[in-house]
Amino acid sequence: MLFQPAIIALLLASTLCVLALVGSAPFAVDVIRRWDIRSGSERQLQLERRTYLFSTLLTLVLVLQLAAVLLFVFNAEKMSGMFVGAMCAVGTLNVNAFGFPALNGKIAVFFLAAMWLAINHVDSRARDYPLVRIKYGLLLALAPLLAGSAWAELQYFLDLKADVITSCCGSLFSEGSPTIAAEASALPPIPAMWLFYGSLGAAVVLAAVHGLGGGRQRWSGYLLALASGVAFVATIAGILAFVSLYIYEHPHHHCPFCILKPEYNYQGYWLYVPLFGATAAGLAAGAVQPFARIASLREVIPEFSRRMAAIAANGFFLTAAIASFMIWQSRLILLE
Amino acid sequence: MKLWIEKQRYLIDFTLASLARRKARNIGLLLVYTLLVFMLASVTLYTHALRQEAARVLVASPEVVVQRMVAGRHDLIPPGYMEKIGRIRGVQTRTARLWGYYYDAVTKANYTFMVPAEDAPAKGEIVVGPALERSRGLAANNGISFRSYSGKLHTFIVAAVLPQATELVSADLVLMSEESFRAFFDYPVGHYTDIALTVANPQEVKNVALKLSAALPDARPILRDEVLRTYAAIFDWREGIVLALFSAAILAFGILAWEKASGLSAEEKREIGILKAIGWETGDVIKMKFWEGMLISLTAFLVGFVAAYVHVFHFAASMFEPVLKGWAVLYPHFQLTPHIDGVQVATLFFFTVFPYAAAVLVPIWKAAITDPDSVMRG
Amino acid sequence: MIELSGIRKAFNQGRDNEYWALDGIDLRIAANQVTALRGPSGSGKTTLLTIVGCLSRPTEGRVRLKGGDISGLPERFLTEIRRQRFGFIFQQFNLIKGLTALDNIILPGYPTGRPRHELLARAEELLVGLKLGHRRDAKVEWLSGGEQQRVAICRALINDPELVIADEPTANLDSHLAGEFMGILESLAGQGRTILLTSHDPLVVESNVVQNVVDMRDGKLIQHR
Repeated sequence: MLFQPAIIALLLASTLCVLALVGSAPFAVDVIRRWDIRSGSERQLQLERRTYLFSTLLTLVLVLQLAAVLLFVFNAEKMSGMFVGAMCAVGTLNVNAFGFPALNGKIAVFFLAAMWLAINHVDSRARDYPLVRIKYGLLLALAPLLAGSAWAELQYFLDLKADVITSCCGSLFSEGSPTIAAEASALPPIPAMWLFYGSLGAAVVLAAVHGLGGGRQRWSGYLLALASGVAFVATIAGILAFVSLYIYEHPHHHCPFCILKPEYNYQGYWLYVPLFGATAAGLAAGAVQPFARIASLREVIPEFSRRMAAIAANGFFLTAAIASFMIWQSRLILLE
Repeated sequence: MKLWIEKQRYLIDFTLASLARRKARNIGLLLVYTLLVFMLASVTLYTHALRQEAARVLVASPEVVVQRMVAGRHDLIPPGYMEKIGRIRGVQTRTARLWGYYYDAVTKANYTFMVPAEDAPAKGEIVVGPALERSRGLAANNGISFRSYSGKLHTFIVAAVLPQATELVSADLVLMSEESFRAFFDYPVGHYTDIALTVANPQEVKNVALKLSAALPDARPILRDEVLRTYAAIFDWREGIVLALFSAAILAFGILAWEKASGLSAEEKREIGILKAIGWETGDVIKMKFWEGMLISLTAFLVGFVAAYVHVFHFAASMFEPVLKGWAVLYPHFQLTPHIDGVQVATLFFFTVFPYAAAVLVPIWKAAITDPDSVMRG
Repeated sequence: MIELSGIRKAFNQGRDNEYWALDGIDLRIAANQVTALRGPSGSGKTTLLTIVGCLSRPTEGRVRLKGGDISGLPERFLTEIRRQRFGFIFQQFNLIKGLTALDNIILPGYPTGRPRHELLARAEELLVGLKLGHRRDAKVEWLSGGEQQRVAICRALINDPELVIADEPTANLDSHLAGEFMGILESLAGQGRTILLTSHDPLVVESNVVQNVVDMRDGKLIQHR
């Protein structure tokens, strides 16, 4: 079912990303092999100038991935009408085994690209570009991941077969075809709430500790990254388990996507924008820690890390506050 | 942060001034870009409006329609068939319907003749759709004659004209009484075209259809949801095909953008050299060029989209109608209800802005890494 | 202020047309003084100027700015230094056509993100200082040669540089205007700025304003006054 406008658009975007990274791989290898910061040769100058191209490319990939995540979800939502039993995006993504892996792949690539850009950012603040080789090594490692995510997406779309009247007769699809899990499985609300507030709280506290320590303690940077990852997963689980129920005011509608719809006043964006921003910032703070001891980065990394921690703390706090506000506003009574 | 915003403001300022200075160079690209957005947007807006129209039509139609099949072909419902269906739990009403198509040689168009379930016109009177009103110049109380398939001429008085609301279906409709219908088509007494069932609970529809197939093996139940799904898929597919055909245009546009971005004039090269010499960083030049691309993209997108909107909803998409409407070639004319959908705008963005961004990325970088000492080497 | 040691600069390195524009330059440029590089065209004086001005990097050798080694710095940081410490006056003036005098002057201030009103106030002050206040809103292509150069001087001073670099500043001026330029140069030197220029105009190199003259030929220094 490839001839759907949004699907073509998504595949186009994936192709662009993969081509950009794969196409630049030989140049990245070239940089790794020939880089010599002390040389004044013309070749070294060319290599240095190439780094601008790579950071611009990766920024494009990052933006494309983020936009693609949104379009992917929207499109799944829109196509839900074409599959018997699919009520919303969750159902469409469950039509075959590649739906959720494709989405997760996109989100993963987004966060990895954000971490790469963080490393790139601190590196370009140091006068001797100490991380160039590591950076381009990581770029080469990112390429197969991106390709894998694009492949999962392609498999997902190739395997989508709408339940439509194909021959001249009306048929009943519901008979033979296995039923689609229309709802995502969810945790029971009480443990989910503990997990949700616990992990967000932990992330806020760790971000505050790291930030107030001037971003100088490496252990708190690593812990912040870990807590951000956990908080991201836990928040999604929490949205599934109880936040969405309060927004829909329906005790059984577990769906992380419908909250993005106009019917619910796009409330989902208020949750997801700070969540994604905070998670990216928290991960970025952790991603630069291994290099904090390098002489030329000794000042750069704590400063950057402190700023990321501030963003993470605010973002996670905001996520929790907005979710609580939505729950407070809701007319649904889930817990007595 | 404030510093950053101030910097971006400067860059945008400079970009605006530089675009204004090179109007002639940019206008060509802008035109092509706008045209591309216009064409793609016309296609998506148009198909989406059709899809919406179809959905609106189907909302009012019954949940299940039963047709009888003879040798794999749709046949009339014989007398006594309704009784055989008997009572099925969940079915609210059963209605036998009478309708058919009539080809009008005068306007060279197909009309749908139909007997409404309620409020049928009196014998010898008809109610017509807006399309007929326009093409045949009809108004209430006018007389009109149709030559039936048996060759006889039948004259009717127009009792009323249907409202415009859902034109796609009602446009070509002619409503008449059962008696007139049977007389006009020589329709055998007791026979019907199909049977409509209304089912209150959507969960029950499937079971009703299953029971129907069991009770009447020669019946073909058609479910509304399936029709909706099929429509959606077909429209999407058509739109997708058209967009895929346009991909050649997108590619050509990408190449044009690439070439425009890499073929910097000597003047522009000198300017970038000056900027770099007086303290602009490579990154600053890239950002400046990025803003330039953004401004061009947004302008093209906005203008193209608005033009497409006007084209589709005020001029009835006169350019793409024949390709996309498909079945409606025979329709005299109809108007679409305006509708914009977020996913479509986003998709359109993916089709136009991102290819542009990708195409100009490398040329922009190439321009930005101009040697800062180039201006001194003259 | 600036020390060069063993500077060599190659163009088209590794190719058939490789040539060394600078071949072993050792030079100290004193702070708060006016230094002129003199030599025929092709002697490498402009190339030397670009290296001192952080517009390009030497292929070999070291450049020290106030004791700090800047020869191996990536372009990004060279640009930063250039923006903060150096002001450039080019032979062809290199103003951007289509922009007003004022807009041209504040261009080097854009990447610093300094508030616009501050930049404009400073530009205004500089223009008035060079008796060009009445031409502030004129497009630069409508200005005379002398006016254009004064706009270029204002632009060089907008970020308040310690060192002003001028490449053949009088080459496109008649004697009268050249004399005026020397006057401006004197006042800049009077403000305590270090000035480095290239010229083969006797009006410049033989004037009292210039304290040091460095003679160059074939990418080497031949005489040092």
